[in-house]
Amino acid sequence: MRRFDTILGPLVVLALLIGFAFVGDNYFLRLATFMLMYAVLALSWNFIGGMAGYPSFATAAFFGLGAYCGAILQKAGVPMFLSWAAAGLFTGVFAMLLGRAILHLKGHYFAIASLIVAEALREVVNTWTELTGGGMGLNLPVLQMDVTDQARFFFFAMLVVAASTFVLSAVVIRGKLGFGLSCIKQNEDAANILGVDATRYKVFAFVLSAVFVGPAGAIYAGWVNYIEPADAFDVLLSVKPIVMVILGGAGTLYGPVVGAFAFLILEEVVWRNVLTFHSGLLGLLIVLLVLFMPQGLIRVTARRLFRRTAAP
Amino acid sequence: MSALLELKGVSRSFGGVTAVHEVTTSVRQGEIVGLIGPNGAGKTTLVNLVTGVHRIDAGEIVFDGRRISGLKPHRISHLGVARTFQVVQPFPDMTVADNVAAGALFAGGGASVAAARDAAYEHLEFVGLGELADTLASALTLPDRKRLELAKSLAIKPKLLLLDEVNAGLNSREIDDALELIQAIADRGVTIILIEHVIKVVLNLSRRLLVLHHGELIADGPPDQVVKDPHVVEAYLGARFAARMRGEPA
Repeated sequence: MRRFDTILGPLVVLALLIGFAFVGDNYFLRLATFMLMYAVLALSWNFIGGMAGYPSFATAAFFGLGAYCGAILQKAGVPMFLSWAAAGLFTGVFAMLLGRAILHLKGHYFAIASLIVAEALREVVNTWTELTGGGMGLNLPVLQMDVTDQARFFFFAMLVVAASTFVLSAVVIRGKLGFGLSCIKQNEDAANILGVDATRYKVFAFVLSAVFVGPAGAIYAGWVNYIEPADAFDVLLSVKPIVMVILGGAGTLYGPVVGAFAFLILEEVVWRNVLTFHSGLLGLLIVLLVLFMPQGLIRVTARRLFRRTAAP
Repeated sequence: MSALLELKGVSRSFGGVTAVHEVTTSVRQGEIVGLIGPNGAGKTTLVNLVTGVHRIDAGEIVFDGRRISGLKPHRISHLGVARTFQVVQPFPDMTVADNVAAGALFAGGGASVAAARDAAYEHLEFVGLGELADTLASALTLPDRKRLELAKSLAIKPKLLLLDEVNAGLNSREIDDALELIQAIADRGVTIILIEHVIKVVLNLSRRLLVLHHGELIADGPPDQVVKDPHVVEAYLGARFAARMRGEPA
């Protein structure tokens, strides 16, 4: 039974997704690609935020960095797949250096330090016009494919990154690293005394929270063909993954995926029906969900909901 | 017998306050040493210096023939120095067994998470928490949390164990149980430094007392001598009392 839960379940989802790519129309493919991208961001944030308990707002920085790294390399003639891989490597190294600099900060201080990184990078990209195109943005080479094939291609590219992030999450959560991160989250001083090399573990988690976001950014850039600083370093790219993970269940394996899925549906439904006030309504919904399901969707069972209403 | 832990002129101050001032002493393998002193004497700071939580300003700390001052806390715990905290520090959302497994996994040479959990059950049996292994640590009573602290410390397979007021907040029955457990740990060959605020507790176990006052080591010797030492009496009861004890007019 347990095996079914850990291996067969995800495989069924994977098969359904692959099948979906050949049935769904372009609108649904676009939504599904976004969902996979959200899943990458949420699973990535879960390493540092969910498992280690460090509220990172650096996701937008990693995403933008990956997008620009991929775009610049591709424009310079580097093959597409290679430039995506390079985006991951570059973002990972950047996260390692950044992590060493700011991971000794805790709580709000860490959150603010990580939030500023994307802002700083955006300014750099804005001013470095000869390399990045500055505020005018960058156009990427268009793939010589018909529209549906292109949508399918980027869907699969995002699927590969999402599946890799998921598999690595599963390995980390069950292993020594995940155990150590959980100790750090609950009591860092005690973790140190019990022999956890907290600094190294935190940097590791921070790098993991970046290496897949970089390629996701690079793929996104190729997908939409055009990037500009305000879009690639959008602060919402840092906030949304946090909401998804909390919505789904922080520190769990399936929580971020469930959260990404639920968030995308909410976002789309609200956006389609209440165009003028969609951000406000979405925010309100999120507040309500977090208030009534603080442990996330993944830990909600009918019985718990019932007990909640029976004995408030 | 050779010294397991040596402090050579160890000092540390915080801002203008000298918390520990030129403390020199050594602890031999297998000893149970009591470290006592009034509130704010620098006992906990000394523990923090030995375990690497704070850096020393001057001097040197040698453990098992190796200089440990300057090493990070996790390195020191790998070498075999364990401690308990004055205020218990469990991982609240983990089971009792996983709390202990953490020590076994990271500093106790555990090969895998599963092996560490097996080791954890043994340590929990030893401290008498076997029945509660699968409950959440946050659900434990205070005496049980203290036992958990001991089990976590044992899981790192320590050569030296620093117990920082492990009896604080316990009633006398619970203290007796705890002392029995500490003696059992010592019988396994673990060297123990017992930091206490209440002298009576230490007298049952230690054959040697260190007394800290205003960050300075003011006495070191067998308990019966130390408690009569005028400096110690003065530190605890004031100069007037000490003078009266010596038979001088106050």
